[in-house]
Amino acid sequence: MKARAEALPTQEMLINMGPQHPSTHGVLRVILRTDGEVVVNARPDVGYLHRALEKIGERVTYAQYMPFTDRLDYLAAMNCNAAWAWTVEKLAGIEVPERAEYIRVIVCELNRIASHLIAFGSFTADMGAFTPFLYAIRERERINDLFEDICGNRLTYNYVRIGGVSADLPDRFLEKTKEFLDYFAPKVPEYNNLISYNKIFVHRLANVAAVTPEDAVGYGLTGPNLRGSGVPFDLRKNEPYSVYPEFDFDVCVGTGERGTLGDCFDRYMVRINEMKESVRIVRQAIEQIPEGPVMAKVPRMFKPPVGEVYFRAENPRGETGIYLISDGTVNPYRLKIRAPSFVTMGIFEKITKGLMIADVVAVIGSFDIILPEIDR
Amino acid sequence: MMESLAISLVNAVPVLSGVPLWTITLLIMVMVAAVVLTFALTYSGLATYVERKVAGDIQARVGPNRVGPVGILQFLADGIKLLLKEDIIPAKADRFLFVLAPYLVFVGSFAAFVVVPFGVGLIASDLNIGIYYVMAITSLVVVGVMLAGWSSNNKWALLGGMRAAAQIVSYEIPVGMALLPAVLIAGSLSLQDIVRSQGGLFGIFGWNLFHNPFTFLSFFLYYVAALAETNRTPFDIPEAESELVSGYHVEYSGIRFAFFFLAEYGDMFVVSALATACFLGGWHVPFLDAEALPALWGNLFSLGVFLGKTLSLVVLMMWIRWTLPRLRVDQLMRVAWKYLVPLTFFNLLGVSLWLLLFHGKGIPQMIASLFG
Amino acid sequence: MEPKEIFEKVTEKFGGKAVELQGEGFRPAFVVVSPESVREIALFLRDDPAMKFDSLMCLSGVDYKDRFAVTYHLHSLSVGHQIGVKAYLPREAPSLPSVDMVWPAANFQEREAFDLYGIVFEGSWDLRRILLPEDWEGHPLRKDYKYPEFYNGIKV
Repeated sequence: MKARAEALPTQEMLINMGPQHPSTHGVLRVILRTDGEVVVNARPDVGYLHRALEKIGERVTYAQYMPFTDRLDYLAAMNCNAAWAWTVEKLAGIEVPERAEYIRVIVCELNRIASHLIAFGSFTADMGAFTPFLYAIRERERINDLFEDICGNRLTYNYVRIGGVSADLPDRFLEKTKEFLDYFAPKVPEYNNLISYNKIFVHRLANVAAVTPEDAVGYGLTGPNLRGSGVPFDLRKNEPYSVYPEFDFDVCVGTGERGTLGDCFDRYMVRINEMKESVRIVRQAIEQIPEGPVMAKVPRMFKPPVGEVYFRAENPRGETGIYLISDGTVNPYRLKIRAPSFVTMGIFEKITKGLMIADVVAVIGSFDIILPEIDR
Repeated sequence: MMESLAISLVNAVPVLSGVPLWTITLLIMVMVAAVVLTFALTYSGLATYVERKVAGDIQARVGPNRVGPVGILQFLADGIKLLLKEDIIPAKADRFLFVLAPYLVFVGSFAAFVVVPFGVGLIASDLNIGIYYVMAITSLVVVGVMLAGWSSNNKWALLGGMRAAAQIVSYEIPVGMALLPAVLIAGSLSLQDIVRSQGGLFGIFGWNLFHNPFTFLSFFLYYVAALAETNRTPFDIPEAESELVSGYHVEYSGIRFAFFFLAEYGDMFVVSALATACFLGGWHVPFLDAEALPALWGNLFSLGVFLGKTLSLVVLMMWIRWTLPRLRVDQLMRVAWKYLVPLTFFNLLGVSLWLLLFHGKGIPQMIASLFG
Repeated sequence: MEPKEIFEKVTEKFGGKAVELQGEGFRPAFVVVSPESVREIALFLRDDPAMKFDSLMCLSGVDYKDRFAVTYHLHSLSVGHQIGVKAYLPREAPSLPSVDMVWPAANFQEREAFDLYGIVFEGSWDLRRILLPEDWEGHPLRKDYKYPEFYNGIKV
């Protein structure tokens, strides 16, 4: 065998995965060094979508920045909107009407369902099963319809305002949302029957790219990726903001049910289960939502006090942190967005060593990264 | 066979007696080939349409529905589009091999149609080594695929080509081994003989599928291995659009791409036809003896039955494709070498012992003989 | 643990290396430290049983016009408290030790600060530009950044 290896020298192959590649979920470029099918090193190269959102933030007013947050994580624009609003409100100490907070929670959780649907659908499509993707899209379409009722947009909503939301809920919105939840709740078990416990699917994901809890914390994984490693940390529970303390829901964690703790399958299952929890939260929010105004009094020339604030919100892809420095003028002085996908990419090179090329796709899919947020 | 046809033609039409016999034979050959090719191409075109409709149905959407009634002419529109598309050859590709590869794939796939027993007398050429011929000629596909991957000068294509080569070579073995029981029972490699050996007993219980437990298993082993040999999901690793972009044909465009595409559907038909011929009684019409009928009706009936069975298997392949995710390349190899190859060998042994012990009789035959 | 206690503990351990506590108007409060001691203080904050700041939430560069700063937002999953750490740097040749061996999550964010502010993190395992092209000139998030008219001959 040794003699053969000497007679047939092999070479490492350098492959560019991306920036245009069907399963890098955008313009991510991964520089793969492979030995045949086995990855020796996979180095992510990000930044192809850099739009200088942080620099732009220093030029516009606080309210004007809201539409830019839509473009951070376009699959969960409501969550980004709300995160920005919460940050500024924390900085300026604005009291938001309770109804507005309930509306924010409802739209954020609906958007979380929509985002997880895309994560689920595109992940299965990456694994070669294209059908679940269209099922996921079908359900997401109804959420988009609901959002269209609210704000007229289907992708970049720009609905949340500093101090509340731009408009009260339209007629019959809560009934329609209830109808949707009744329709959607049985779909999650359907997905599990359709693909989650499919033997091939499990074999592709179990034991692949397991992240230990220590690594997950050290590398700053957040959200479903952290919980997939079995760390029960959810900002909505552990560091509650808005009206989340009012709701009863469970934090979904990976259990290593089909393989190692923290493997791709665990991360996948956390997202599937979180959709159920979001349904629970929205149901409770619909029951409890009070009547009242949806907008606090915020001056037109809004100048928050001098100060620095760091606020983080639990978004579908993890913790979106915003570090905001105000110098008392109408523009933010410095605005740093700690994007969950960006930090997540830090562990990519470490855990892809020794995997197959097909597993790299599984890892990207299971982290559910989104490129506009990475590159900002 | 062609020659005998030519002689009977000359006997029937005396005018032709002046023409040399080989010209008539050649003409008949060309005509038969044209008929088979026309059938194969029409089938491939329609199969793409059916595949898209099946996919649409499974995925809770409609599928093609604009060109012609219920979108039936979509494949023609697609064909014309592919013909008119710019033919791009990458600057750094190996031009000769790049151009050659699609033809090899196309020929390898469609030449197998020659020995497909469509009906009682409907076979382009009843070779006495039919199965062997199919196995041999479809292996040409792997050469084409490898050349395509290599000559494109694209690393994704190269990976796809290598995967395809490894996969097809690996799965040839279980495919061949799973077909051998049918050969053992019929005692012949000719596909017509194999089909004929499955007659009688209401035309269903004569099938090799029900001959004995081993042949029953054999059919499923064959079908799984054949899925892999045709690069269909869950074994579509060489094309794996989400990993390798689209594998070995990533650099091909226009009609050259269409060749690969058609060949895939041709392959699906051939493996399904082999499964039908070897295990599902081929063209035998249930409850009727097609060979005893008048030639026209016998052929029509048997053709209908054969196509019905084969196309059902093709649709089953589509169904599988739109349902299952894809295996990883090492898992694929494991399936072949650790499960399929030992199982097919074991199976072959079982069938051989069965034939030896029970003097070639199957279970249905034994049951039938119990009742006289 | 309250920021004040954390600050006292840090001063107790490191003396003058912890400069001040920025509490009023800062959420979370910042412990301002001298830049060259960032790594040892980071290690202390991570490993001390009362602190246990095992997670680096956010690392960012800031341009305060007269000087730069690097801020670290720390969080402890096990204890559940938060603190900010801030190190002021001179505008000329800003550099400080890297903390990527303390929290691996720091690497990508340090690269980002290096890319956009030109702050050098000494001893980082991999310090390259991350968001901008390798051959980009200047560091755009600096307040005195001049927008280039051309990039490699292409009009911006």
